Amino acid sequence: MIKVRREVCGYCGACVSVCPEGAIELIDAYLSIDDEICKNCRICVKVCPLGSLEAIKE
Amino acid sequence: MKSEYDVLVIGGGPAGALAGKTAAEKGLSVCIVEKRPQIGAPVRCAEGIGEELINEFFSELDPKWIASKIKGAKIVAPNGNSFYLNPAMAGNEVGYVLNRKVFDRDLIWQALEAGAECYVKARAVDAIMENGVCKGAKIEYMGSVHDVRAKVVIAADGVESKFGRYCGVDTTVPLSELETCAQYLMADIDIEPEINVFYVGREACPGGYIWIFPKGDRTANIGIGIAGNESKDGKRAKDYLDKYVKKNFPDGKITEIIVGGVSICPPLKSTVEDGLMFVGDAARLSDPITGGGIYNAMYSGKLAAEVAAECIRNGDTSKAALMKYDTTWRASKMGKTLERNYQIKEIFVKLDDDQLNSILNSVSNLVMKEFSMLTLMKEIIRMNPKMIAELAPLRKYM
Repeated sequence: MIKVRREVCGYCGACVSVCPEGAIELIDAYLSIDDEICKNCRICVKVCPLGSLEAIKE
Repeated sequence: MKSEYDVLVIGGGPAGALAGKTAAEKGLSVCIVEKRPQIGAPVRCAEGIGEELINEFFSELDPKWIASKIKGAKIVAPNGNSFYLNPAMAGNEVGYVLNRKVFDRDLIWQALEAGAECYVKARAVDAIMENGVCKGAKIEYMGSVHDVRAKVVIAADGVESKFGRYCGVDTTVPLSELETCAQYLMADIDIEPEINVFYVGREACPGGYIWIFPKGDRTANIGIGIAGNESKDGKRAKDYLDKYVKKNFPDGKITEIIVGGVSICPPLKSTVEDGLMFVGDAARLSDPITGGGIYNAMYSGKLAAEVAAECIRNGDTSKAALMKYDTTWRASKMGKTLERNYQIKEIFVKLDDDQLNSILNSVSNLVMKEFSMLTLMKEIIRMNPKMIAELAPLRKYM
């Protein structure tokens, strides 16, 4: 699953636009990832301009 | 918030504001919802716009909107050689760096003055779909969810657009065509006050560019965009930006950090569905070369509302009826520019730094009669007969 490091996240939504599953939602300064929908492709981890997303073993 | 409007606009940026304003001026009932607690922030933008483009919308520009008047551009090649794109136009403004926080808010105020309603901290959490037709949206507002029905919904929800997905439209931007960006608002730096600077090169900014857009005396937006597929640990947009800033502006003061994504993919295959229209960044209308999106957002927002008003008046808001919006913008100057610049982008992202050096060197003495990408491209092709194989596909756009 993907973990959001909230202290690093710039809540920009770059990850939202590239997520093929539509699993990510940005609500103001709060990024959430729906683990039910996420297929762990990690495109979001790659694209983040700050490196705030982390793939962690379940 | 009422339960029904003629037009529901999702997003309160320049696209949503122009859509809301235009629809209200046509006598329609309009609701604009913005998920953030305020209009205009965070800006997530380098804030540049061409003079001719912004003047299309206003008889005069409010001085509060303008942080800096721009009189030219400077391009810096990978080898450090640079040239200016302004000599023939010297003395005239070619564009502006805006204060988007003020500008965006004024655009919304204009929509409100025209009669639109606007709600902040109001977020579309789902679409209301009936037989495959978009009939409105579920809006979460202050802790409760409201059904808001509309004859036409205009999705102006930006690069992170989700509303299309709620309606079954896949709006995913390919990783390689999403510029991942970081920008500092920097103070106390030595810059040329009326010149926008662009650095290109695979090593410094793979698949993108570094920009300096002045915002006043010794102050500028300094940022970078790199192609999403080039981004990885240690080589993210912020890493490249820090490297550049450390070398060039070691004593500059950072007063704001902004991150964001800009799509450089082709626009959505169809920017209309039954009861639904896409505008601005949500329609993927940002420019594939410059990443600029303010004008395209305003233009498409206004046009969408004009077509929506006509369709509502005729009692037909089907995809076929709304298609007039799609075909009109594609045939417009904006549509043609997007198509051409996409092809140019496709070629330029494949060039290595030696090729870029050679191309930029060839046009470094260019005196431009007209300040435009088209003029620059024509000169590049004329001056680089050896690269004709790479550049040949561009000829049909010149």
